[in-house]
Amino acid sequence: MTALADYNFAYLDEQTKRMIRRAILKAIAIPGYQVPFASREMPMPYGWGTGGVQVTASILGPHDVLKVIDQGADDTTNAVSIRAFFQKVANVAVTTKTSEATIIQTRHRIPEETLGVNQVLVYQVPIPEPLRFLEPRETETRQMHALEEYGLMHVKLYEDIARHGRIATTYAYPVKVAGRYVMDPSPTPKFDNPKMNQSAALQLFGAGREKRIYAVPPYTDVVSLDFEDHPFEVQTFEKPCALCGARHVYLDEVVLDDKGGRMFVCSDTDFCETRREEGHRGEMLGDIKEAAE
Amino acid sequence: MYVAVKGGETAIANAHQLLADRRRGNRELPAIAIEQIVEQLALSVDRVMAEASLYDRSLAALAVKQSRGDLIEAIFLLRAYRTTLPRFGTSEPIDTARMQIERRVSATYKDLPGGQLLGPTFDYTHRLLDPDLLHDTPVEAPAGRTDADEPVMRVSEILAGEGLIEADGELPADHVAGDLTREPMEFPMTRDLRLQALARGDEGFLLALGYSTQRGYGRTHPFVGEIRIGLVDIELDVPELGFAVSLGEILVTECQMVNQFKGSAKASPQFTRGYGLVFGQSERKAMSMSLVDRALRTQEFGEDVVAPAQDEEFVISHCDNVQATGFVEHLKLPHYVDFQAELDLVRRMRAKHAQPHDHQEAAE
Repeated sequence: MTALADYNFAYLDEQTKRMIRRAILKAIAIPGYQVPFASREMPMPYGWGTGGVQVTASILGPHDVLKVIDQGADDTTNAVSIRAFFQKVANVAVTTKTSEATIIQTRHRIPEETLGVNQVLVYQVPIPEPLRFLEPRETETRQMHALEEYGLMHVKLYEDIARHGRIATTYAYPVKVAGRYVMDPSPTPKFDNPKMNQSAALQLFGAGREKRIYAVPPYTDVVSLDFEDHPFEVQTFEKPCALCGARHVYLDEVVLDDKGGRMFVCSDTDFCETRREEGHRGEMLGDIKEAAE
Repeated sequence: MYVAVKGGETAIANAHQLLADRRRGNRELPAIAIEQIVEQLALSVDRVMAEASLYDRSLAALAVKQSRGDLIEAIFLLRAYRTTLPRFGTSEPIDTARMQIERRVSATYKDLPGGQLLGPTFDYTHRLLDPDLLHDTPVEAPAGRTDADEPVMRVSEILAGEGLIEADGELPADHVAGDLTREPMEFPMTRDLRLQALARGDEGFLLALGYSTQRGYGRTHPFVGEIRIGLVDIELDVPELGFAVSLGEILVTECQMVNQFKGSAKASPQFTRGYGLVFGQSERKAMSMSLVDRALRTQEFGEDVVAPAQDEEFVISHCDNVQATGFVEHLKLPHYVDFQAELDLVRRMRAKHAQPHDHQEAAE
């Protein structure tokens, strides 16, 4: 730590943390509303989690236990890098176990394990504005939110159905929070959307480049947008995880060879490992003879 | 058998070690010194200082060295350092009329008070590679000037005498200059914030936008009223002392673009201005900035916004190269979870697409 003696605990100075905490409090008070904040330049690039890092840095205390995941995995390079950053500048305990963590910073996934009241999930958000690709102007979209003018979004979803027979949004699937604001859940697969609803954990969203923070307080309604005759549904996988045999979890497709061989494994690495430790076996672990190749 | 991939940490450590090796290059050659970068790659240093919004030659040179000469990476390094610095005050506005001028040219007058002064410019050099620079050939001392300390009036003041050009404009007495590194941006912006964004905006992006206005995408009929480069004093008002003290001097490039304005129902015909100010010596940036500044004032003059360079949200939201490079390059981060979701969708849609032709065996 001597080389970094000039940096405050968790990198950000206390005034900046206070500013961010105020934005977080406001975000919690108005669920789903995007609060502008004076995002700082962080020592990692924009688009790589600067918003999430600033939120985490502002809420992190010396007794917290931090978990960082990217694509559901603790060992993807950016997750490793962000975890190492907080170990270096805050010297906090880190873990890969979802249940042990008090703060989980994530990119693109929500852990499979149900989160509890003592946990905070911090999302890294690239484009916080759910209406951005329908209306590029911030001045317009802010007004649309203010007037609760979400017709455009419903038209977009309807056009999907008219054109493709289904809603062709598979990730960053828009949700309505506490019956008021339409919110971007960050680019998590829509598979994870139901986990946001009535979650016991506090969910914080940080967008550094776009300078926005928003939040879903614990036990808040989060409803994925849909139509009565085209209800929202999540992705389903035909097979269970090839390593731990889990069903009803999100799976990664792993290409095994150049002959079309592929397998499906849990995207949540901690969940998968825990299940294997508990003795669950998927077909690729060799215990089931007929599945072995 | 497939094993879940581990080893991100080792991979990162190894990659960084290799990077350090590549940065150093051939060990038989002496390492480049910071002073050498400051002295001999001064314009790189200037650009890094300008777009990082931090005037410190040594740190900028260090950033250039550390980034292997990648200037946007160097800008990023310096900004990430800048953001941790405390703010102990706001300087008085710099007075470019009192600049110690090294270069000053006007395109609107053949000659003018203070004269045309070419200074250290690439203009009029023939772009022939100079074999002398392969060696450390001695360079003669330059000719100096004797009247260097006299203030030189700005071209805008010459035109202002006749009322031909818009005035500097008034700010409310209680106006505090904004700081877009400390406050979230909001549109529409005030001009001080907009100029701040442009001053740290990407040189190449502003160059292209300025160029586009010259080619008809939001024409502004510009003339270079004046470009001046030189040292200006930075003064800080210290409340305990009751007067301003000089903190030192910085090199800046200022460009005042003079633009035609035909007048409107409210205002009589008059020249308008676009303004550019950049740390260090960078005419290209200062000129581009002043073109874009004028283009962004379109609505102020009751003109129609018809071109990208006139669109404030478009220009300001995309001119920051550290933000841009971060977000463009983040695409190389893993996205396989979302890609999986798209794969699933495309497979399902393809299956459905195949159905009408093949009623018997619907896929899946």
